Amino acid sequence: MSVPVRTLAVMPTTRATTEDRSAVRTLLRLWPYVRPVRARLFTAAFVAIVASCTGLVIPLVLKWMVDGPVADRDPAGVWFGALCLLLLGIAEAVLFGIRRWLVARPLSHVEAEMRAGLYRHLQRLPVAFHDRWASGQLLSRGTTDLMLLRMFLAFPLTFLLVNGITILAGMVIMLMQDWVLGLVILAPVIPVMWTCAAFERRYAQVARRAQDQVGDLTTVVEESVLGIRIIKGFGRHRSQARAFGELSLSLRGTELRKARLLAAIWGVIVTLPELAIGAALVLGAVRVADGELSAGTLVAFLSTALALRWPVDSIGFLLAMSQEAATATERYFEVLDEAPESAGEAPAGAAGGSPRPAGRPTGLRFENVRFRYPDAPPDSAPLLARIDLHIRPGESMALVGATGSGKTTLTALVPRLHEVTSGRITLNGVDIAAMPREELRAKVAVAFEEPTLFSTSVGENVLMGAPDGAGEADLERALAVAQADFAHALPQGTDTRVGEQGLSLSGGQRQRLALARAVVARPEFLVLDDPLSALDVHTEAAVEAALRRVLADTTALIVAHRPSTVLLADRVALLSGGRIAAVGTHQELLRHNAEYARLMSADAGYAGETEDSR
Amino acid sequence: MTTTTASTPTAEDDELPGARREDGGGDGDAFDRDVLPAPPGATAALLRSLLAPLKGRAAVTTLLLLFQQAVAQAGPLLVAYTIDNAVPAFRDHRHGPLIAVAVGYLLCALLSGALQFAFIEASARVSQDVLLDLRSRIFRHAQALSIDFHERYTSGRLISRSTTDVESLRELLNEGLQELVTVVLSFVYIAALLLWLDLGLGAVAVASFVPLYLLVRLYQRRAGRVYRARSTAIAAVIVKFVETMNGIRPVRAFRREAANDGEFAALNRRHERTNGDALLEMARYVVGSRLVANTAVAGIVLWGAYRVASGSLELGVLAAAVLYLRRLYDPIDRLGMFLNSYQSAAASLEKIAGLLAQTPSVPEPSEPRGLPPARGDFPGREVVFDGVRFAYRTGGEVLPRFTLTLPAGQTVAVVGSTGAGKSTLAKLLARFYDPSDGRVLLDGVDLRELSVPELRRGVVMVTQEAFLFSGTVADNIAIGRPDATREEIERAAKAIGAHEFISALPDGYDTDVRKRGGRISAGQRQLVAFARALLADPAVLILDEATSSLDIPGERAVQRAMSTVLHGRTAVVIAHRLSTVEIADRVLVMEHGRIVEDGRPAELIAGTGRFADLHKAWRESLA
Repeated sequence: MSVPVRTLAVMPTTRATTEDRSAVRTLLRLWPYVRPVRARLFTAAFVAIVASCTGLVIPLVLKWMVDGPVADRDPAGVWFGALCLLLLGIAEAVLFGIRRWLVARPLSHVEAEMRAGLYRHLQRLPVAFHDRWASGQLLSRGTTDLMLLRMFLAFPLTFLLVNGITILAGMVIMLMQDWVLGLVILAPVIPVMWTCAAFERRYAQVARRAQDQVGDLTTVVEESVLGIRIIKGFGRHRSQARAFGELSLSLRGTELRKARLLAAIWGVIVTLPELAIGAALVLGAVRVADGELSAGTLVAFLSTALALRWPVDSIGFLLAMSQEAATATERYFEVLDEAPESAGEAPAGAAGGSPRPAGRPTGLRFENVRFRYPDAPPDSAPLLARIDLHIRPGESMALVGATGSGKTTLTALVPRLHEVTSGRITLNGVDIAAMPREELRAKVAVAFEEPTLFSTSVGENVLMGAPDGAGEADLERALAVAQADFAHALPQGTDTRVGEQGLSLSGGQRQRLALARAVVARPEFLVLDDPLSALDVHTEAAVEAALRRVLADTTALIVAHRPSTVLLADRVALLSGGRIAAVGTHQELLRHNAEYARLMSADAGYAGETEDSR
Repeated sequence: MTTTTASTPTAEDDELPGARREDGGGDGDAFDRDVLPAPPGATAALLRSLLAPLKGRAAVTTLLLLFQQAVAQAGPLLVAYTIDNAVPAFRDHRHGPLIAVAVGYLLCALLSGALQFAFIEASARVSQDVLLDLRSRIFRHAQALSIDFHERYTSGRLISRSTTDVESLRELLNEGLQELVTVVLSFVYIAALLLWLDLGLGAVAVASFVPLYLLVRLYQRRAGRVYRARSTAIAAVIVKFVETMNGIRPVRAFRREAANDGEFAALNRRHERTNGDALLEMARYVVGSRLVANTAVAGIVLWGAYRVASGSLELGVLAAAVLYLRRLYDPIDRLGMFLNSYQSAAASLEKIAGLLAQTPSVPEPSEPRGLPPARGDFPGREVVFDGVRFAYRTGGEVLPRFTLTLPAGQTVAVVGSTGAGKSTLAKLLARFYDPSDGRVLLDGVDLRELSVPELRRGVVMVTQEAFLFSGTVADNIAIGRPDATREEIERAAKAIGAHEFISALPDGYDTDVRKRGGRISAGQRQLVAFARALLADPAVLILDEATSSLDIPGERAVQRAMSTVLHGRTAVVIAHRLSTVEIADRVLVMEHGRIVEDGRPAELIAGTGRFADLHKAWRESLA
């Protein structure tokens, strides 16, 4: 099968920027998150520097011991030297411990904050954004990428600094001891730096590819779980596994390329300094033989050079980790840079500026509404070309149209899940674009075509639609309207957990709970998207009877596929060709509108046809 | 949403050894707490089985590291030789030894670089192969597990198993194992070199390993607990994340953002805490081990210096010993890192092993049987439910024992109120579940004995949740038959009335369902699902509420198509909309798990039973 997984084409723009944006500049964007813990982080870095320098002093003490007390056979001096070593050793250990202790909680906190920030932001991004992005890609940003960032802050960031300073300090110490040998040791710095720079560029690209592939892999895993019934139903789990296998194989390829780059830089970083140390050893030996240098100085010098081995060696993987962190940051901000839905108030000058006409309910009105999905090609015809529709206060309007005519899209415009392209929608005369979303969505309750329940109790799922403080009585009433009394018969009654992590309910049961959720708050405006599709005839009739009472004083827009649902409404609007083609009662339209009649008459022509064909 | 409250106990309970009960009673809890039972030793066995096929290459990799270490550790030895031999020789104008040192060092440097390169390459290969193997094992296993497992284990957890948990093994393999081998090797090397240089100094160094070992053990025990808690915590975060993103519309419409933020924050904080705990454990370990190491260095230097002063030790030996000592203890931090990644990987592997230990409750047959060749020229086959009873494992009988025969080619409508057991009947026939007692036979062959490809060619089920995979519309239809040509795909779409809307999409059949303009309504998705089923061309077709989101013309088109498509096929149609029933040869009315009416539609309608009732109500609803 093809669950063909290409690196998502949703972010071609970011691909291009990888090259011209420097890793440093990208990483600097982390600053606002790091700022709150900067004191501890800087202290920790300072402590680490002190600790490393403490480590560097140890060879000096050794030199002093070899040249002094040992050569002079002075036992007291030896004891003193050893005591110094012990104290320095203890100081180094404690300082390193303090460093880790300082950053442990704060860095976990930074990671958590960033994750919470991502989650918060994603919850507020336009629905159109979520339509485009596979949630696996989002998830991999919220998990693996952020873990990389925490590791970067804990380790490479500090140690690039610490090791840099350690190397510098070591260099100074070596130059002071003997400048000729010091220069020899310094020689490989330029070529190593050049290699690192070249490496950085190439590594960044490969690292980014690997992270994107992980995101794709996550998407396949997610889809294969969510679509498990289809995969099993068609016996496609082997081909699904094959698709997954191919993807993980290409991830493996990328990871191997990464490893090869890493191996190359390690090779260089290990070889060059070692060569320099070798040269210094030979040169030093000659000069000791000539009496220009003391044996103690040579020992101390080489000891320092060897102590610098780890800081130098580590530069390679520290850079690699930083590079990965930079791409992770880039991926993180790709999502965070998306503009969220505004809080809702329209820009000044729009209708929002004027005081709202209060107390005069005029119902729900669509005025010259045009809508095209923001990501649709700009030259394409808009899905909704010109919608003019007035639903009077307390009136319920059924919305009828062929499959794919844009009914669901139209309903999504009312709670502003999508924004109208032009025109306006008013609730009691107020442009919804001028209303804070929070307020708008409190006024308009929605039941979606796909009844999604969350992992919580039945009661909480229903009361989700109600304002705070709604109680048992509201719940009971809502359940009664939706004919969802089955909830009481569940193992723990209305406290039974449902949703992804709870009891799985049938489609009809879920639909009724979603309906209860929509009516629990006695909303002024109600939008129902084909709310009864999964119900059996008896239940449907019962729900309709109860719903009629609710609809009596509610302004409602109801997407309907069948006459029984249409009959809930006072009038019907026919959506066709992006316009409201006709408005009237069911009977009127049935008589005068051919398209409507075709959409609504169940067995006209059909029954006869099948009888014939049999 | 009470995700928080429900999973809060996990962190604490996780630490109790009793948390992993294997008895049936604890089963539900195990799912809730994300601790599936794995037999003891399963984690280690899993790791072994992953590494087993790579034994040879792992050995080569280790060998490379061995050489690399040998070469890299030669430095101080050359220093000692230089000070004690080459310098005095040079003073005597014998240049040979110093030249030997120069050549030796040059070789060491080049070799150590080359070996380092080779090692990293080789080890990356090994670790990537292990990861590839593990990933696909998890994936395959999850796919092989039955529907009832998926209904209880959440997709978020499954994602967490195959991403963050695999990731922690990656860290172990990429960095950890290398660290471990380096650490062990350099310990052994340097200890041996020290012993060789001077028995006394060496012995003291080796003795210092004892407290280090104890420290490591202590850390390992404490960190294990912390890491298990952390792995559970991140899984909870993922579950919440996935649930929110997949339900973003209701989240928005019901203004759940703030409440969700709060709930997510609680889960996130729990992860933050366990994460911090893990880092602090590491800090404690580092302090302890550094203290032991630095104290040992001071002690050894003191003793060595004393002996040089008293003339029983050469200065060069002391110098080399001191250089080695620094190196000896250098890797203890890295040992910490290894332990770190080991613990985290162990916690993850334990969870993965728990998942892999789940046996499919609907297992594939060990000796699959084929179906007898189709009789006559129509594809339908006979279905028999032979003394079938079905109850959930947790108790609660859904279908009491019944026997039912559906002759080949018959179209059977199943009606009844929600919860009557219609879907369960369908799932038994599709073998999403196996019956608790009795058997389901397809042309006389027990479904449990059929090979998976044979079963899925034979029986196809279309449900009301029409999920689309990312990919093109054509790809999605082709799930029904991957080798279908574009022509066949289009024919299936045309037959079901989906061709029109598909052609109107921006790229027609090649429109990516996730990309620009690829929005497809619920009704259209159901049409795609139908086309998929049609393309599969099964002997038995099950439609479970498959037309619920279609409008009337759509439904009509589907039914028109069905009347030809179903001809000669055995079909089970579950629908609330009784229009479906009119194409049925036979109607079953179900109530509380029992079949209460069974007969031809016309007979039942004419009667006074439940179906006559239902039918009357339905006719009225069409008014």
